[in-house]
Amino acid sequence: MSGLWPIFKREFVAYFATPLAYVFIVIFLFAMGAFTFYIGNFYQNGVADLSVFFAYHPWLYLFLVPAIAMRLWAEERRSGTIELLLTLPVPVWASVVGKYLAAWAFTGIALLLTFPIWLTVNYLGNPDNGVILAGYVGSFLMAGGYLAIGAAISAATSNQVIAFVVSVVVCFLFTISGAPLVLNFVRAIAPMPIVTAISSFSFLTHFGAISTGVIDLRDVIFFVTLIALFLAINIVLIDLKKAS
Amino acid sequence: MIEVEGLTKQFGPFAAVAGIDLRVGRGEVLGFLGPNGAGKSTTMKMITGYLSATCGRVRICGHDIETQTIAAQRQIGYLPEGAPAYGDMTPRSFLNFIAEIRGFVGAAARTHIERAIANTELDPVLEQPIETLSKGFKRRVGLAQAILHDPPVLIMDEPTDGLDPNQKHAVRRLIRDMAPQKAIIVSTHLLEEVEAICTRAVIIDRGRIVADGTPSELLTRSRHHNAVSLLLPTDQAELARARLKSMNDVISVEQTTRPDGLSMLTAFPRQGALLIEDVSALVMAEHWDVRELYAEPGRLEDVFRAVTTHDAARARAQASGAGA
Ligand SMILES: Nc1ncnc2c1ncn2[C@@H]1O[C@H](COP(=O)(O)OP(=O)(O)O)[C@@H](O)[C@H]1O
Ligand SMILES: [Mg+2]
Repeated sequence: MSGLWPIFKREFVAYFATPLAYVFIVIFLFAMGAFTFYIGNFYQNGVADLSVFFAYHPWLYLFLVPAIAMRLWAEERRSGTIELLLTLPVPVWASVVGKYLAAWAFTGIALLLTFPIWLTVNYLGNPDNGVILAGYVGSFLMAGGYLAIGAAISAATSNQVIAFVVSVVVCFLFTISGAPLVLNFVRAIAPMPIVTAISSFSFLTHFGAISTGVIDLRDVIFFVTLIALFLAINIVLIDLKKAS
Repeated sequence: MIEVEGLTKQFGPFAAVAGIDLRVGRGEVLGFLGPNGAGKSTTMKMITGYLSATCGRVRICGHDIETQTIAAQRQIGYLPEGAPAYGDMTPRSFLNFIAEIRGFVGAAARTHIERAIANTELDPVLEQPIETLSKGFKRRVGLAQAILHDPPVLIMDEPTDGLDPNQKHAVRRLIRDMAPQKAIIVSTHLLEEVEAICTRAVIIDRGRIVADGTPSELLTRSRHHNAVSLLLPTDQAELARARLKSMNDVISVEQTTRPDGLSMLTAFPRQGALLIEDVSALVMAEHWDVRELYAEPGRLEDVFRAVTTHDAARARAQASGAGA
């Protein structure tokens, strides 16, 4: 009995106890739709797949996921409930992982609610549903990555605005580190191994690979490792605050 | 059951808690007193494992809070300052959460929750979001959470702060009822609370213990201890005052004149002397028109003010400490 499960449940239910969750889901779905249909010209492409839809996920997550993550720990600090949580007989890791998983499950639900777009594409043509499934898996993993980063940053402050802004910046760096523009720039000033290292941290690269329909173990391992790393940072930050 | 040795907390150069030793056993209710900023809350946060101590150690029922945190925390019920709780939850769902996290399932969980609800009289608000509750009910939700698992060790940071007199009375009664089976620490800045519920009082100031004893022991250190007060018409007060002053064991007499034509005279005894018998004999002999006559047990407020520094002095000390 580590306490992870009750914490997960409490946290998950809490999302739906406030209008915040519904507002978030509406914005999420609206933004997904707007990007896909208007900016991505989904209908005019004439191709029955969801690559346009998935292409915008990193950029949407960049702002939407930090919005979820910012309150994860910052809110507990602001309201003082962190003192309650950390004096209950629950190891810090269980609190960190429980809260994180609840937030991840919540983003998962928002993501699942985009299913009408999947219905639409199946109605219009004969897409490769395996590729689409891979896209969803990749998108969910990527959301988990952003969320782990945002959660760790949220643990460092009780100010949600600061948590949000810093998370967006850090997430942005992780997103673009594989973009040609960035890599060309790095190539000009740094040796090749560093260029490779930097590009290997890119969410764009790993997500792009998965969403082509190839779930390469290395891409999955990348996201899982990154999540584990930031959760560990999260735990350490909470412990450090105890000693502060 | 609570053992605290040399507990110290340093915030940068400033020592909020500077070497506190405490032992609290079953059946004891320790009143933790001190001016604002004395370090009461910080001490409690270290005892409950929310903050790590800079040095010193805390053991709860034999478990070290630093190395056996979870085992120690199982034995503790804690009401943090301000009774934080998840505002979007109802008291019932909040207590369900606490019960589950404390490892209770099924019938055991229900029994514990119902008992906590009954003891804190939460019934009327069980299904209302906590953020919409009055301060009194919020505090009681915090208390219910703290006593839910019937812990052997109970730590409460200002449990009656902001409550009305009836609610204060109810909380004090609850603490008194639980006291025999538990080791309890309550912080407060209400001195009457100490006399009402505590078996022992510890006064801290600037992170150090400056007085420690049973309330009656501390009262003997009050200048009002065994002082005798009498209420009589103001026109007789002058004479009475002179006569009282001339008594052997009286060191001083204070007079307060009231608008209703009466005056209160208070005679302070020499250390250890008992005045009440001599004074009442005097009153009989002189046929003064005395309306009230009583000996005082002493006032904790005297002791508190004598052993703690005033705000200004503390601010100066803190400023120079931070500058060092
Ligand atoms: N996290 C913190 N960082 C720096 N100083 C703190 C912190 N918490 C408390 N203090 C300081 O420690 C002192 C003791 O505070 P506290 O324990 O809350 O006092 P009390 O509960 O007796 O009123 C105060 O001067 C307060 O400003
Ligand atoms: Mg306090």
